[in-house]
Amino acid sequence: MVTAAPYEPKKKQIVDHLAPTAVDKTFNSKATAGEEGMISVRDMDFNYGAKRALHHIQMEIPSKQVTAFIGPSGCGKSTLLRCFNRINDRIQGAHIASGQVIIKGKNIYDKDVDTTSLRRQVGMVFQKYNPFPKSIYENVVYGLRISGVKKKADLNDACEYALKSAALWDECKDRLKQNAFGLSGGQMQRLCIARAIAVKPDILLMDEPCSALDPIATLKVEELILQLKEQFTVVIVTHNMQQARRVADLTAFMYLGELIEFADTLTIFSNPQQLKTEEYIRGQFS
Amino acid sequence: MHASAKSTSPDNPFAKRKSHLEFYELLTKSILRGATYLILFVTASIFIHIFIKGAPVIFQSKAPFINTKFLTELPETLHILQDKQGKIYETDPKGSDIIKKELGSNLRQEKTMSYSGGGILGPIVGTVLLVVGCMIVALFLGISSAIYLSEYAKPGRFIEMVRLAILNLSGVPSVVFGLFGLGMFVLTAPVITSVPHERSLLVIPLGFSNLSFQGWDTSVLSGAFTLAFVILPVIITASEECLRAVPQGFRETSLALGATRWQTIWRSVLPFAMPGILTSSILGIARAAGETAPIMFTAALAFKDKLPWQGQSGFNGVFTESVQALPYHIYTLAARIPKNEYSERAQYGSVFVFLVLVMSLAMASVLLRKKLRAKYQW
Ligand SMILES: Nc1ncnc2c1ncn2[C@@H]1O[C@H](COP(=O)(O)OP(=O)(O)O)[C@@H](O)[C@H]1O
Ligand SMILES: [Mg+2]
Repeated sequence: MVTAAPYEPKKKQIVDHLAPTAVDKTFNSKATAGEEGMISVRDMDFNYGAKRALHHIQMEIPSKQVTAFIGPSGCGKSTLLRCFNRINDRIQGAHIASGQVIIKGKNIYDKDVDTTSLRRQVGMVFQKYNPFPKSIYENVVYGLRISGVKKKADLNDACEYALKSAALWDECKDRLKQNAFGLSGGQMQRLCIARAIAVKPDILLMDEPCSALDPIATLKVEELILQLKEQFTVVIVTHNMQQARRVADLTAFMYLGELIEFADTLTIFSNPQQLKTEEYIRGQFS
Repeated sequence: MHASAKSTSPDNPFAKRKSHLEFYELLTKSILRGATYLILFVTASIFIHIFIKGAPVIFQSKAPFINTKFLTELPETLHILQDKQGKIYETDPKGSDIIKKELGSNLRQEKTMSYSGGGILGPIVGTVLLVVGCMIVALFLGISSAIYLSEYAKPGRFIEMVRLAILNLSGVPSVVFGLFGLGMFVLTAPVITSVPHERSLLVIPLGFSNLSFQGWDTSVLSGAFTLAFVILPVIITASEECLRAVPQGFRETSLALGATRWQTIWRSVLPFAMPGILTSSILGIARAAGETAPIMFTAALAFKDKLPWQGQSGFNGVFTESVQALPYHIYTLAARIPKNEYSERAQYGSVFVFLVLVMSLAMASVLLRKKLRAKYQW
């Protein structure tokens, strides 16, 4: 069972950074789901240099649910996901051309937003599992170490909490000091999830987390995602429609940089409103 | 069966056809092989030559089997005395007086050979100090600038120009570095002193003392900095390569966990690039250790009768004193004094010791890489 550890990574100050501001409640859109969400994207355009990658994205991603992005490859799923923790900032020329991304009531593209504290609250797991070539323990506590946690007890608690949350504790508890590269692919990806949740973010972004895994490891990660939504808002990119069906509460279909349709998963898969969505789901193109 | 196979051979679609291509194939192969064997031969000759001539100076048949005198004494003038019976005495200046008194009128002749007596402790110490200093300066400057170029600077025309300039630095003859070091470090570099030298170019009062641009004199420090600039291009280029080899995923993951850029570099880029950086840098430093021209004007003297810390400035002398250095010592012995069997002995002994030092540096770098690689592997 998951036990919440009695530690608080320096969160109080961080929350202050992102203090809620007045939110434009009158806003309305065709392609939104739910009420005002944990993440609201307001008429956002995104460019790589001069090339527009996302057009007028408009969505409300609800709290403590799993939201999946589906769509053919190159349609901008990763780009959109990577807008939520501003990791795109490090790509030369990548910038948000207009609109807003509001998380916890604050436009994260405002000048006074510190990306490091943003990223501590919006965690990310990448497609290719990429633990550091260090011990399992050091991998998990990496985020805490960089935020200045020094006390051994705090680090140990966080490590145990994160590994338990990532359903990895039983497999790893006796080999915490061993190099993470000794784990299997599926275990490595769950380790990466543990590393991301060790700092207790509110939101967990996952970019095709299972695409490098075998089917059994994929199932394990999917199970884990369903557990994680009790504590985190999960946004997952997947090219696998079955996976979206299995894990997502809401599904967004994207095509050529546009958000075509966004609704609860059942509706998208059984009763899509847009022709393009229907064609994609029927497998008429990919 | 065989016969029939042979008779059908004209139908063999893969049969060898005689053509000029075959000849060229053979020719190219011979040239390539010849070049390789030539290099091998020359390298082996150099090493064997040095070993045959140098080893007898360093090793001896009696315990402790190593010529400790050669490794622990400073160079000095060798006196050769011969008595009328033809007996030859090799000794130092002091011993010469004693023997002369003993022999009295029995002395037939006395010869002196500069630098050929004593040992080469001075040059060994000087070279070690220069190499260590050069290593510290070059690694710090080189790795810093490599990090800046490949992790911070926005790629663009300007950065490409900077890279090109650094690369071109490696084409500059080392004697130019020597002259540059003379002007820059020996004569102009800033020091903090309460009594500025009269040749100081500029004195800035700091209140408690003065910042005086009077240079560091002929010293280990000047030499180490000059040598560092000789190998900086190598270090920067190698470091950039090693930094690029660290997967981008490490950086993204670290940033996504809320790390700053520097935290990311310090914790999840540098440790994994370090084995490669150190290996190639140390090999570059071994190269610098053998340079004569850059230290000739900046650090090294042909002769010095004191170790750096035996001067008036005490331990600080390891930075501020001039020193003897092995490559310069070898040059002096080979080209600056009349050649004879005694100077040649000292010369080959020095070369041998130098080679051993450089080889242990190279070995150290290989071992270090092995160890670090085992620790950080991806
Ligand atoms: N670093 C980049 N520089 C320029 N264009 C990019 C970059 N990354 C992605 N793109 C472009 O943006 C579009 C969306 O890409 P991406 O978000 O990776 O799609 P998806 O994840 O849905 O497969 C593609 O057309 C792609 O070519
Ligand atoms: Mg993608």
